[in-house]
Amino acid sequence: MIISRRKLIVSGLAATAGASGLAVAARLAQKYGLVPPDHGGIYGLGVTLTYASQRLLTRHSLAREFPRNRISPRPFPNYLDPLTEDFKRLQAGGFADYRLSIDGMVHQPASFSIADLKSCPSRSHITELACEEGWSYIAEWIGVPLSHVLHLVGVHPQARYVVYVSMEPDTWDSIDMADALHPQTFLCYGMNGSELPVAHGGPLRIRLPRQIGYKNIKFITRLTVTDNLKRFGKGCGSAGCEAGYAWYTGI
Amino acid sequence: MATSGSAQVPVEAFSSRVSTAPVTNLAPRHSALVRVTHWITTLCFFALLVSGIEIVISHPRFYWGETGTVLTTPLFQLPIPSSRRLVPTGYGYVLPDENGWSRALHFEAAWIAVLTGLLYVISGLLTRHFRKDLVPSKPDLSWRALLTSFAKPLRFERPSATEASSYNGLQRLTYLFVIFVLFPLVIWSGLAMSLGFASAFPWSVTLLGGRQSARTIHFFVSLALVLFLFVHVLMVCLAGFWSRTGAMITGRTGTGKEHA
Repeated sequence: MIISRRKLIVSGLAATAGASGLAVAARLAQKYGLVPPDHGGIYGLGVTLTYASQRLLTRHSLAREFPRNRISPRPFPNYLDPLTEDFKRLQAGGFADYRLSIDGMVHQPASFSIADLKSCPSRSHITELACEEGWSYIAEWIGVPLSHVLHLVGVHPQARYVVYVSMEPDTWDSIDMADALHPQTFLCYGMNGSELPVAHGGPLRIRLPRQIGYKNIKFITRLTVTDNLKRFGKGCGSAGCEAGYAWYTGI
Repeated sequence: MATSGSAQVPVEAFSSRVSTAPVTNLAPRHSALVRVTHWITTLCFFALLVSGIEIVISHPRFYWGETGTVLTTPLFQLPIPSSRRLVPTGYGYVLPDENGWSRALHFEAAWIAVLTGLLYVISGLLTRHFRKDLVPSKPDLSWRALLTSFAKPLRFERPSATEASSYNGLQRLTYLFVIFVLFPLVIWSGLAMSLGFASAFPWSVTLLGGRQSARTIHFFVSLALVLFLFVHVLMVCLAGFWSRTGAMITGRTGTGKEHA
């Protein structure tokens, strides 16, 4: 086959333009926080496309809320590993000694009891909790918006993520500031008009109605505000992602 | 390329066309873009199928409406074991959890399939591929023509060389249905299950009757696509597997030796 010089030059220019276009896109995506921490590996393309497009579409969108009469009569508590001795001790004391500590890139690291959190303005929403397996139920979730607590401790402007750690062994995760400051993101201590049952993560669970159930971790005991997830675990942003589960679960 | 290939075309039209056609047909049966997008879609389809089955195994129960858990009555349950111990299946064992990579593969393959599909549809509109090759002509749509195209493969009759150079009415309708009904529906019902997407476009879930309805619809449309795949491959085998597959790889219909 004969390739003309003109064709060669044109395709060369097109290839260069395409490659530099991709490079610029990657740089811009990085700059505007559109690249998830688990973007490496063979599924990096998929998770990055999902995260970037949803961040562009849904930064301020609200999860669907339902009227009270649509609350599921029997919310299904998913399988829970046996509770630790530490947790049982706190449970025996009515969680009076349960603490949520906040550290990292904040002006005033602090520690909150459940009573402290309940003294903050209380909010609730009736939203669906959806598991990656396929099932879902609707419940009323009561708590304090995470943004309120972050405001109390004063987050540094360069903060990019909030890491949250559970009392369950090897259970931690993180969210970006768009989700951390989202009005429906709660530190949740109540459900359907009463205390949050232990089976559902009581006394304190993070509630992210725009993300899948496994991101809504139970027994939250520590928050760390950071600008870099590399220092946590293997650096991909969550214990789940180290086990092969995507960090961002808006899908 | 032939503009119509139904059994209703008069014989004279065939002979005149055949006589003008060279022995080795150099005009591509399928354009390069159709061929490339076809095989990318094929790869994605298998990735989506395998990962989709894995995901269903973690909760082989289906519901209608907004919600559904093992505590509520399902619409139906697949008689298979599950990869989750809290799902009552009647089997005494629990399969290993494969949802991590399954979900990642499912969404990555979905992205590639959707982008490929967009490229195909846009170029198909611009090059008039749909109008030329897929929109059936009036005679193609007569009951007799449709019945003939339906009955022929049932009698294991191979299509003639002329028939093999374009699609009959039934094929055209089927392809259009798959491209413009089944694929959009499977994408829509899939996106409706995305909590992020649903927060931006709540109607995408409510129009389908709720999150669990979307999941059930996603399952049935996927089944329909698998059924299409079976019939599609069966027809390819009937028409001559290597010549048809070769046409979709190289674009050439070959020397026609299979039909000689």
